[in-house]
Amino acid sequence: MADFKMPSLGADMTHGTLLEWMVAPGAAVKRGDIVALIDTSKAEIEAEAFEDGVIEELLVAPGTRVPVGTPRARIRSAGAAPAATGTPSAGQGLTATPAAGPDLTATPAAGQDLTATPAPPPAGTAALHGSERQAAMREAIGQLMTRSKREIPHYYLQREIDMTAASAWLAERNGERAPAERILPAALLLAAVARAAARTPAMNGLYTDGAFHPADSVRLGVAVALRGGGLIAPALQGAERMSVPELMAGLRDLVARGRTGALRSSEAQTPTITVTNLGEQGADLVHGVIYAPQVALVGFGRVRERPWAQGGMLGVRPTVQASLAADHRVSDGRTGSRFLAAIDALLQSPEEL
Amino acid sequence: MSDDRETLRRAVIDALTEIAPEVDPAAIDEAAGLADQLELDSMDMLNLIVAIHERTGIEVPERDYGRLATLRGAVDYLAAIGGSSSTDR
Repeated sequence: MADFKMPSLGADMTHGTLLEWMVAPGAAVKRGDIVALIDTSKAEIEAEAFEDGVIEELLVAPGTRVPVGTPRARIRSAGAAPAATGTPSAGQGLTATPAAGPDLTATPAAGQDLTATPAPPPAGTAALHGSERQAAMREAIGQLMTRSKREIPHYYLQREIDMTAASAWLAERNGERAPAERILPAALLLAAVARAAARTPAMNGLYTDGAFHPADSVRLGVAVALRGGGLIAPALQGAERMSVPELMAGLRDLVARGRTGALRSSEAQTPTITVTNLGEQGADLVHGVIYAPQVALVGFGRVRERPWAQGGMLGVRPTVQASLAADHRVSDGRTGSRFLAAIDALLQSPEEL
Repeated sequence: MSDDRETLRRAVIDALTEIAPEVDPAAIDEAAGLADQLELDSMDMLNLIVAIHERTGIEVPERDYGRLATLRGAVDYLAAIGGSSSTDR
């Protein structure tokens, strides 16, 4: 027995509006099935079931805006017996069958009208569209950036990375492939960051409750600019284990669905580190702001042909400025420098990524 | 020949509106850069190349991406390549 609670789909999310139920009481769900459509202020997200089970009861009516953590639905885990009448929640009638285990029903947030029968959406809580969505998104970004600047003692490092090997590898590989199978430089950059982050725990995790919690895998946030303004950073889970073609497919998929607002809850969860690739917008170098509660942000500028001195000789090579903004509570410049050096080394052998 | 050009032009515009759905095709300046006009990044450009391939059968090699910088340039290039679905690599 468990509850689906209003998930936190990003560090800046405090409330969510349940737009639509995709399941009804009695429906069997498997882990990963879409159970509801939720509106955060930044996007509409498809919420997935986190375990197999049967929906017992829907607790929140469509159109209702509730704080993160509020139970939305009760789910009976696969194999468990139906609920008991031991501790009924406000206004609910439950069937009289023996309890299978502890009743995990949390007290609903005060003031919320919880009924299993969908009610018409109260005025003002329908999905946001157009300029309302833009304004809400701007507000959410502003609050998160303010929090990051206020709470995180940032330090900044940069490193110019020679992209000759990466560019040559891409050109050769893409020259042999149809457009739909080609790889963008961004996918190589993501691969290098993910591998390096997996080996540098101080760059990959969350700072919460006054302490750093390193993650055991890399949930890589990718900053995606939305058409018309705004920014989201959906995540690729387990990025350190994904091949470059898998990262490319994942990136293409996230960008496409992120822009249409059809992300899934597993992709909207807080990343453990984020990459922002602003080169195409024209910047040479990104001085980033970490997305709290993450502890690092890697930025990439334009790939440009630059004079390059090596072995006493001067030549021209394509290079990119990689930058790191990192949390000084968790790491020092020495660790940050080694992290950037690791990214550089990985990009010198793209065939091994 | 002008039928071919018109067909290709239509295909490119359809591909563009797939990628930038809010754009009014009539408002596209044929001679101006597409990336700037429509705010296309490299992912968008690759998706455009893929969409053109799907609609016309023409595979544009990476080295020729620059030829499709404008709408006019794109149509000129595709018309010159012709309707063949195989290109020199």
